[in-house]
Amino acid sequence: MWRAIIALIVKELLAVLKDPRSRLVLVVPPLVQLIVFGYAATFDLNRVPIAVYNQDGSAASRELVARFLGAHVFRGLASLKSARRITPLIDAREVGLVLAIDRHFTGDLLTHRPAPVQLIVDGRDSNTALIILGYANSIITGFSLDWQRAHGGGAVPAVLDVRTRYNPQLSSRWFIVPGIVALLTQVVTLLVVGLSVARERELGTFDQLLVTPFRQVEILLGKGIPGLLIGTIEASATILVAVLWFHVPVRGSLVALYLGILLFVAAVIGIGLMISSIAVTQQQALLGAFLFMVPSIVLSGFATPIANMPPIIQALTWLNPMRHILVIVRGVFLQGATTGAFLPEYAVMAALAGSSLMAAGWLFRRRIY
Amino acid sequence: MSSESEPPPALRLENVSHTFTAGGRALRALEDISTRSARGAVTGVIGPDGAGKTTLLRLVAGLLRLQRGRLEVFGVDVARDPDGVRRRIGYMPQRFGLYEDLTVRENLDLYGKLQNVAPAERDARDRELLHMTGLGPFMNRLAGRLSGGMKQKLGLACTLVRVPMLLLLDEPTVGVDPVSRRELWEILAHLVHAERLTVILSTAYLDEAERCQRVLLLHQGRLVGAADPASFTAAAYGRSFHVSVSGLGKRQLQERIARVPGVIDATIQGAFVRVVTESGVQLTSVALPPKSGPLHILSVPPRFEDSFVTLLKSIRASSGSRPPVQPRGGAERAMRSAGATTARATRASGQDAVIIAEELTRRFGNFVAVDGVSFTVRRGEIFGLLGANGAGKSTTFRMLCGLLPASAGTLRVAGFDLRRAAASARGRIGYMAQKFSLYGDLSVLENLRFFASAYRLEGPRRRARISWAIEEFELAPRAQDVSRELPLGFKQRLGLACALMHEPDILFLDEPTSGIDPLARREFWWRINALAESGVTVLVTTHFMEEAEYCDRLAILAQGRVLARGDPESIKDRARSAARPEPTLEDAFIALLQAVPQPSAA
Amino acid sequence: MSASLERLAGLLRKEALQIMRDPSALAIAFLLPAMLLVLFGYGVTLDPHNVPLAVVVERPDALTESFVAQLRGTSYFTPESFLSIQAADRALHSRQVSGIVWLRENFTRRVLSSGGAPIGVFVNGVDANTARLIEGYLQQVWAKWLVARGRSLGSARGLPIEVEPRVRFNPAVSSRDYLVPGLIALVMTLTGALLTSLVIAREWERGTLEALMATRATIQEILLAKLVPNFVLGMGGMLATLVLAVTLFGVPFRGSLLVLTGASALFLLAALGMGLLISSVARNQFVAGQIAVIATFLPAFILSGFVFDIGSMPWGIRLLTHIVAARYFVAILQSEFLAGNLWSVIAPNAVALCVMAVVFLGAARLRARKRLD
Repeated sequence: MWRAIIALIVKELLAVLKDPRSRLVLVVPPLVQLIVFGYAATFDLNRVPIAVYNQDGSAASRELVARFLGAHVFRGLASLKSARRITPLIDAREVGLVLAIDRHFTGDLLTHRPAPVQLIVDGRDSNTALIILGYANSIITGFSLDWQRAHGGGAVPAVLDVRTRYNPQLSSRWFIVPGIVALLTQVVTLLVVGLSVARERELGTFDQLLVTPFRQVEILLGKGIPGLLIGTIEASATILVAVLWFHVPVRGSLVALYLGILLFVAAVIGIGLMISSIAVTQQQALLGAFLFMVPSIVLSGFATPIANMPPIIQALTWLNPMRHILVIVRGVFLQGATTGAFLPEYAVMAALAGSSLMAAGWLFRRRIY
Repeated sequence: MSSESEPPPALRLENVSHTFTAGGRALRALEDISTRSARGAVTGVIGPDGAGKTTLLRLVAGLLRLQRGRLEVFGVDVARDPDGVRRRIGYMPQRFGLYEDLTVRENLDLYGKLQNVAPAERDARDRELLHMTGLGPFMNRLAGRLSGGMKQKLGLACTLVRVPMLLLLDEPTVGVDPVSRRELWEILAHLVHAERLTVILSTAYLDEAERCQRVLLLHQGRLVGAADPASFTAAAYGRSFHVSVSGLGKRQLQERIARVPGVIDATIQGAFVRVVTESGVQLTSVALPPKSGPLHILSVPPRFEDSFVTLLKSIRASSGSRPPVQPRGGAERAMRSAGATTARATRASGQDAVIIAEELTRRFGNFVAVDGVSFTVRRGEIFGLLGANGAGKSTTFRMLCGLLPASAGTLRVAGFDLRRAAASARGRIGYMAQKFSLYGDLSVLENLRFFASAYRLEGPRRRARISWAIEEFELAPRAQDVSRELPLGFKQRLGLACALMHEPDILFLDEPTSGIDPLARREFWWRINALAESGVTVLVTTHFMEEAEYCDRLAILAQGRVLARGDPESIKDRARSAARPEPTLEDAFIALLQAVPQPSAA
Repeated sequence: MSASLERLAGLLRKEALQIMRDPSALAIAFLLPAMLLVLFGYGVTLDPHNVPLAVVVERPDALTESFVAQLRGTSYFTPESFLSIQAADRALHSRQVSGIVWLRENFTRRVLSSGGAPIGVFVNGVDANTARLIEGYLQQVWAKWLVARGRSLGSARGLPIEVEPRVRFNPAVSSRDYLVPGLIALVMTLTGALLTSLVIAREWERGTLEALMATRATIQEILLAKLVPNFVLGMGGMLATLVLAVTLFGVPFRGSLLVLTGASALFLLAALGMGLLISSVARNQFVAGQIAVIATFLPAFILSGFVFDIGSMPWGIRLLTHIVAARYFVAILQSEFLAGNLWSVIAPNAVALCVMAVVFLGAARLRARKRLD
């Protein structure tokens, strides 16, 4: 039995590697996605242009402005002389923030009245607006505390002492890049497996296979194992790039990571084979893969947290293998987790793999004609 | 163009060559073609797949850029004024160029508008076309749901919504049943006669050549002959014979005749062996076994194919490749190794049925694709399933192979129902699909190795069989080549090699020789004959009537039912009449089909 | 050959019938957009709320309680009490909570004596964006607590500076309001580029284009007949998304329908141009689909400013975004929905869209020939 399965696997790998189109699927989308996601998909802000409208002009206000301009997230674009220019600058998206300091700023500070400072941001990109406000707030708080200390106003009763675990620089890239491992593994495995049966059906070789003494289990294994190999290799290549190129640390156990990847790939193969056994043509298979892939990525926590979703949708994400592998990949990369931490994820993915493979086998039998 | 002097011919080609580049390799599709076609005639562009027929038609239609040479349609230069050419032509591409998700009426409307037929004229024209093609009752059916013959007629009607000066048809008769083929020819004859239409059509069916006024014979991109079909066949007069010997099987006889020097072609035709010789060759020197009767030789009129085969063989001989029609040592060895004597013994006594189908039925929803089909195939027999596209032969075939469950009825292949039997039961059958479905990305050797493993061959036997395949099918020169890029004839040999890898008892062949040239087809049937002689049971589907002649027995299917069953001669007998004393199998087929009521618009 | 309305009408009717009868065209034109809309309208939001937060109070008293109450008082957090920092840390590690607030044993004593008592905060930084937002929320809570405490002591002993944030256009800072308008660009990319390239590739595959080319139809007519139905579908998709966004998801629309329609038309023309261009390169549906997804859909998703801020991308990628038509369209969309007719945004982006439409359509027209080679 194994000799025959090995022959199937060798055939499958040769077919994938020799066909220029399949090679394209293996190389181009991963490359494009690595670059695009690795570099472009970031929530981190960098050199956001700001404008300052300082009506006060005293040393204190200049000190505050200097703190803003000195922060790496901000970049001074304009110093305004009139309030009228504020709105056009924001509206035309020329600046992300306008810092407006009141005429009585220093006076209020010295007389212990709350000194008003206006932060005007652009809410069209709400996330960026919130992050900008966060940065601005912490600069102002820092200034306030220092001012109080220096001017004998007495210390504030308590201060926040914030520490960030696992990702001290709060780099989005550390969040996104490990996610790409899961993303690419899913895309490539799904396309390779999902299209393989459809391709054989189109070419007529599938009939040829079915009249040989292969059993269905053997054909399923012969289709699945190459997917497992390719998916795992793809994942490993991406892990290498993540570590060597993007310098994301791997702190946890590789055993835990690879156990997760194997189960994940198995689940994706099951889904791919299901698509494959329903689709008649490659085009249908491609569309099917696309229809599965879009929600599975959006609802995986790849870029947007699952915790923010409505409860029903959160429950739905349990059926999404990508959700679970993302937990494992990020856990191992950043949190230094080991096998024991992921028992629920392993169990769910194993169940998903088992049921999808079984469903694929059943559909296979139904569709063999 | 209506000058007082001699009007320009419908088509003139001067030194036309065309090269395709694919994957860095240049492929010569046409080489230095010069010819002209007269107005008001049917010109057939004839040749096997890959001969350059489609390229030629596309050049005429201005769909490909003319790379070299000069091409004129009614005196209009294609390179200079492609739109002017398009106004004069109607073009039907392969597969008829129909929108399958549009209805018959919508397709006609579309092409009517595209050809600027005035709305006032359109109705009358549509009625005329529908009358001519008999599509009237199917106006609201989607084109994709039409049978092959109806699609072909719709495709034709779409190109005729405005009467062109030149009608170009690319393989209009592929996948179409003989009745529809014959009807198409009648329509064309009518058009040429009534509307002075000039027609150029391409075909791989050699028997259609005889219906053309002029034939352009293409082979590997070269024009190897251009004349009227009669002058082609005239050269073969007095050299074609029907030969038979009582007490000797037709296949053994064929083999013996083919070995006679000076025999160009020996094919089986019903109970006879059809022989084409070089002029002046006597057939009396055929070596006959002691107990057989005397040789009956009957001189018959030559066919177009006889002259084509003669021509091809002389081309091959001059280019130094081996003469392929002779039976070769390899086939004989295979025959002996499989124990030909015992096989023949069982065949003689043997009525043991290897394939049994009883009341086999297959429904797809409401549609009954196969309706109570019954037949049996005995060991060592070549059995043919004949029928047009949609007649149910592919469905029957797939049920026999276990690829499709039967809705009702029983079937046994070597004692098993292949769909339910253990996988190992499939090790007894060999299967070669239409289009020779091999893994195109794998090399020849990789394909062989894969199928050897698929059939559970191991160790020395595996090695022996792979080298047998390479030697027997002469695959060595291109063993490392990717099989997708092989010529069709080569692919077909590889397909057969893979199907025979495990020495199966039963061989299933689905349209095994469509598109390949006549020499390769002959070679193929030599091998199949040798296999049958050695006791292998062969089931073949085909719509080539000529191929059906090779079969011991046939079942002709139409609309899912068996119309007729029996050996080719007895089927021909059904169409024998005073008016047609020597009907061909195609005549018989058509006669049978016409007796069946045509399907109505449902 | 001269143009003919008759031929064009025939071709248009054919295209319309085909789209209506082709399930995969319907899937791309209607199912995918609906799915995206539901996903982004209901499923995806960047704004954390009810964040599970571990609260460790080593010595509870009235003062610590006032801080915890402040935490509870917002919708941002769901505080959960833990007895020890170790237990809280374990919960953080296993992602049960996203952050920890730790008031040590000596907290009250330090507040009352020297002041400056540290409030320990640990945030799970794996998701950097969420971590930053949580930090921001905590700062707000803390600042409010300071003010409240100052007021209760009868003196204004909050922070000396009072921050007045003013979020223009989206005071609720709802991420749905900014994500949903951008969807229109995605939906139009699907019908404009993906569907168009697939439909033409299918005609190549089935040999029907060959038959068309041999008729009197001109290449302009054939192209135009491909453009118009997909244009209608795309505009329909835009309108449907607009209506659903406003009625179902309550996204404001402050611009003018006219401007939106105009900008959409320009973008759609550019997308259709890309679709035509792809199909002139790829003559089968598989390759066409692949190229369309990689060259149009993915950039419209990632490089358009739809989710990720273009300004913060590295310069190489930023440069790349300039050839992504969706970038200009997303900018207009977000302004039209949330801000209104801001000509300072509309004008430059519309010009860019114009240029792209001309370039892509022009290139497609140049490449298109009534020939097979």
